[in-house]
Amino acid sequence: MIDTLALLTSILTITLRAGASLIYGAIGETYTERSGILNLGVEGMMLMGAVTAFATAYYSGSVWLGLLVAMGVGATLAALHAFLTVTMRANQVVSGLSITLFGTGLASFLGERLGPASNNFNLVGMVGPRFSPIEIPGLSEIPVLGAFFKQDLLTYALFLLVPLAWAYLYKTRNGLNLRAVGESPQTADAMGIDVIRTRYRYTIVGGMLVGLGGAHLSLAYAPGWSENITGGRGWIVIALVIFAMWNPARAVLGAVLFGGINAVQFRLQAGGATTIPSAYLNMLPYLVTIAVLIAMTWWEALSHRIGAPAALGTPYTREDK
Amino acid sequence: MKKRVLAVVALALVMSMALTACGTGAKESEGPFKVALVYIGPPGDLGWTYEHDRGRKAVEAEFGDDVETTYIESVEEGPDAARVIRQYAQEGYDMIFATSFGYMDPMFEVAEEFPDVIFEHCSGYKTLDNMGTYFGRIYQPRYLAGLVAGSMTEVNNIGYVAAFPIPEVIRGINAFTLGVRDANPEATVTVVWTNTWYDPVKEREAAIALLDAGVDIVTQHQDTTEPQKAAQERGALSIGYDSDMRAFVGDTVLTSPMWNWETYYIDTIRQAMDGKWETHQYWGGLSDGVVKLAEFSPKVPQDVRDLVADAQKAIIDDDDIFCGPINAQDGSVLVAEGACMDDAGKLSMMVFVEGVVGTIPAQ
Repeated sequence: MIDTLALLTSILTITLRAGASLIYGAIGETYTERSGILNLGVEGMMLMGAVTAFATAYYSGSVWLGLLVAMGVGATLAALHAFLTVTMRANQVVSGLSITLFGTGLASFLGERLGPASNNFNLVGMVGPRFSPIEIPGLSEIPVLGAFFKQDLLTYALFLLVPLAWAYLYKTRNGLNLRAVGESPQTADAMGIDVIRTRYRYTIVGGMLVGLGGAHLSLAYAPGWSENITGGRGWIVIALVIFAMWNPARAVLGAVLFGGINAVQFRLQAGGATTIPSAYLNMLPYLVTIAVLIAMTWWEALSHRIGAPAALGTPYTREDK
Repeated sequence: MKKRVLAVVALALVMSMALTACGTGAKESEGPFKVALVYIGPPGDLGWTYEHDRGRKAVEAEFGDDVETTYIESVEEGPDAARVIRQYAQEGYDMIFATSFGYMDPMFEVAEEFPDVIFEHCSGYKTLDNMGTYFGRIYQPRYLAGLVAGSMTEVNNIGYVAAFPIPEVIRGINAFTLGVRDANPEATVTVVWTNTWYDPVKEREAAIALLDAGVDIVTQHQDTTEPQKAAQERGALSIGYDSDMRAFVGDTVLTSPMWNWETYYIDTIRQAMDGKWETHQYWGGLSDGVVKLAEFSPKVPQDVRDLVADAQKAIIDDDDIFCGPINAQDGSVLVAEGACMDDAGKLSMMVFVEGVVGTIPAQ
């Protein structure tokens, strides 16, 4: 029994830690999509956030500066996406995919150039400052729930960020305006909300959070830079936003589920249990998302309520009807 | 307007083709011997591809201006690989190396089309008159690393982060386990599959799962240093793979079974340049230096070093790692006393030996 509890605690601990970068990304992408902008550049932005956060922390010795730079880089790429899709009214899918391709390439390029001369300018394999897990005395010893109290600072920050992100979206005027812009920009515009500015603002805020998600990987979860450190987590974030039906609180559930899959299956294997072929586990986030999409369409038809922001993916100009 | 655009595009196409044709034509004359390598990962992985790239650099240093090398990194196995290999052949490269098992069929397909180009495939089994294979008996240093791990584990349980359930990986796990058990008959090796060659975060998660399950030494078969770094953070020991990972992680890496392609690449390229290259299936071992055990960490005591030195000498004289009696995981006889497994058996190994905890997932 003690062993089962210890196993559950360790699974929950690693699951929360694995989910943290997904939660940052998912909250960011939720805000972006709520304003009607679909950003498929998450994977590239996370990678850029991860490489710049680690490089900055490595040279400055400050993880906080690393976070700041990762947020700045995420914001810059997001601003580029906003410029292309909001101002230039380019296709959001194409722009987002370009940012992923560009970010992935640039991140591995920088990884081979930003390192110290002693390592052929390669950043791979360097050891830098990091956010280590901090155990809160007493609380971290509670079975199972103690898992919440042996995390790194970036994961602790989520305990605050998630409720705040939820409350901002659903309980404040700004949140209402944001949702209005994503549902019906024409109406929002008629109400006097600046649609263009709103879309810029939340695309950039989303980019900052996605950059933070990348920084969590290279500064806390798997400290250091290795090429393609995200391993497709950016795409899981996009699936996660749909899974959570554009609700930041629900995204936590999905992140824990998707992030924890590997932690659980590796533990089952290490415990001698038979293995589930990992191809199925890799498919799972996407399969669940498809299931949610089907269920959502059905629910929308039945209840006449809308899950996805109605204007998601469509550019806005005043003249459009 | 549209017609004009089309005309421009067509003209550009014709010109680029003409230029390519010129390129191959001009190549026939004297010039450096051109070698291309196709990598599965980035040279910065500090593992598998890093070692191949070290071999490439040794070739450049050895031949200077007589050989021109190039490489392409992170090529997906499958149709993409065929496209990349074909392009090198068309561009007039004299010799092309492909360094992952999954490149076998794409390379075979291209090799049939270009009989004048020499192809070398790492870790496969298909050959042609102009396509050879090369690989190393990494299981030999793995056995030696097993001796080290078996001698140094305090809880008699060692963790193994495994890549894909294919004979190459299973052979490595078995050789390692035989080494562990020869040093310490009580010890077991627990295996966790990741089904990745290169996914730093996933490989770290697998190592942490093993450490949580109570192992005190971790080894692995992927191309990153993450399992070793995870072990170090937990205050545990590890055994590296591919390259001397102690240089990148620290002294908690006791030693590493590693690749050393320098000699092979230099020799086979020289044969090709001299026109003496013939198709082959090269599978070198400790005796050729193509595989070796990296230098020990200061944490490894002298008696363990002596044990390994003796075993290494025995393997170089007569490779008897897979000689009986060896039991399979379920207790049945795998190799009878007095018998030895032949190379065909080693290359198709799909069962665990006694002492391994874990299952081989159905393919």
